[in-house]
Amino acid sequence: MKQDLSYPIPSEAALEPPAEWAELRGECPVAHVKLPSGDQATLLTRYADVKQVLADPRFTRLLTAPDAARLSATDDGGLFNSEMAQIIPDGGEEHLHWRRLVGRWFTAKRMAALRPSMAAMAEELIDDMVKHGAPGDLRAALGFPLPVYVICDILGVPAEDRERFAYWSDTLLNLTRYDKAEIDAAQGEFFQYMSDHLAAKRAEPGDDVLSELLAAGGPEEGGLTDLQVLVTGMGLLVAGHETTANMIGKMVAMLLDDRTRWERLLADPSLIRTAVEETLRMDANSGFGLPRYLRDETEVSGVHLPKGTTVVCSMAAANRDESAFDAAGELDLGRTPNPHLAFGAGAHSCLGQALARTELQVVLEVLLRKLPSLELAVPAAELERVEGLAVGGLRTVPVRW
Amino acid sequence: MKVVVDEDSCCGAGQCVLLAPEVFDQRDEDGIVVLLDSEPGEERHAAVREAAAVCPGAAIEVEEG
Repeated sequence: MKQDLSYPIPSEAALEPPAEWAELRGECPVAHVKLPSGDQATLLTRYADVKQVLADPRFTRLLTAPDAARLSATDDGGLFNSEMAQIIPDGGEEHLHWRRLVGRWFTAKRMAALRPSMAAMAEELIDDMVKHGAPGDLRAALGFPLPVYVICDILGVPAEDRERFAYWSDTLLNLTRYDKAEIDAAQGEFFQYMSDHLAAKRAEPGDDVLSELLAAGGPEEGGLTDLQVLVTGMGLLVAGHETTANMIGKMVAMLLDDRTRWERLLADPSLIRTAVEETLRMDANSGFGLPRYLRDETEVSGVHLPKGTTVVCSMAAANRDESAFDAAGELDLGRTPNPHLAFGAGAHSCLGQALARTELQVVLEVLLRKLPSLELAVPAAELERVEGLAVGGLRTVPVRW
Repeated sequence: MKVVVDEDSCCGAGQCVLLAPEVFDQRDEDGIVVLLDSEPGEERHAAVREAAAVCPGAAIEVEEG
């Protein structure tokens, strides 16, 4: 087994995977790595292993266990190791109950109903970017604000506060960027903000997910505890901020990097749906992956894992596994089916995936229609990654049209 | 073709509804899959196969026949 590999593994180019992924999948699918905290973990990179582990309830999210590896460089290991991450039930009936109460807000039909308002928002943001003249930064002008407006609307929080949400989200997803004092202060403010927001919603309910979760009553009435509603609100706000916001920039960069892809989509917009899935699969900069704590001993790819092992599932590496996808290294706009693991798998698979898919599809549709001449304003090799956070993204996406 | 869904494995991702809305739906109260048509016509077979292949909960089973 390869030793002392530092994780996350850096990559030479922003849109390309590190060379180590293919080596690990081939020769060392169960690898020892060193996390930003200095603790050891076990990295999985094969499609079959990652999929199996994510769907196996013995691999828990209970990273508060005393022998679990800490993730981030701060002493406490950060969000994934925090008590806060344990407020939402990890498994069994309780998790199912939480999942179904919240998940009903994120069904495919509900998300499809948001399409017209998303498209109108995207058009407005693109008009603003065009007004300021080329080159523009697609991340700042469109990729970031659109999902933020949408999640603020779903949660009933004012989008004017988005700068604060963005900062709080970044500190919560910290690996190495912020120190403990900064993170504690930000989390304290965020917690207070959400408590005040829930008090206001209780007094004056709106048409939003948090009002509805409060209206469902406490656990004895079939609802959630106040603390669970609060943490759910914080979690949804963070998740709705960082993931799709970054993915819009990465998706557009990948499609413009080889402009024949863009031209093919212009000629045949019916490829938008599969193109979105393929950029999700090919995202080499998706972030940390998913950590899991093993409750009982088991085996993965023939390697014995003792009880208490912390495993990191690299979905991005798994998504390029040649044994799961034909021509796995090639971006195929029409790939069908595309069972990629960008949203995870199993009972904890991303709750907001229908929302993310809808946003990505709508953004791409509107961009192709309004800015068919869109191109990258810098060579793809000059794009820079966001560093030090658990979610991957590009710092800027300079474009012209 | 015969389609079977497992509600217990369903995680409410909604991929099946996006791909084959005539065959699958999600319950309003909890987002769990509802099978609208257990023996869909041939024109829907490709979409149903795709839905089964990409379901993150592996909750859709397709028996070809």
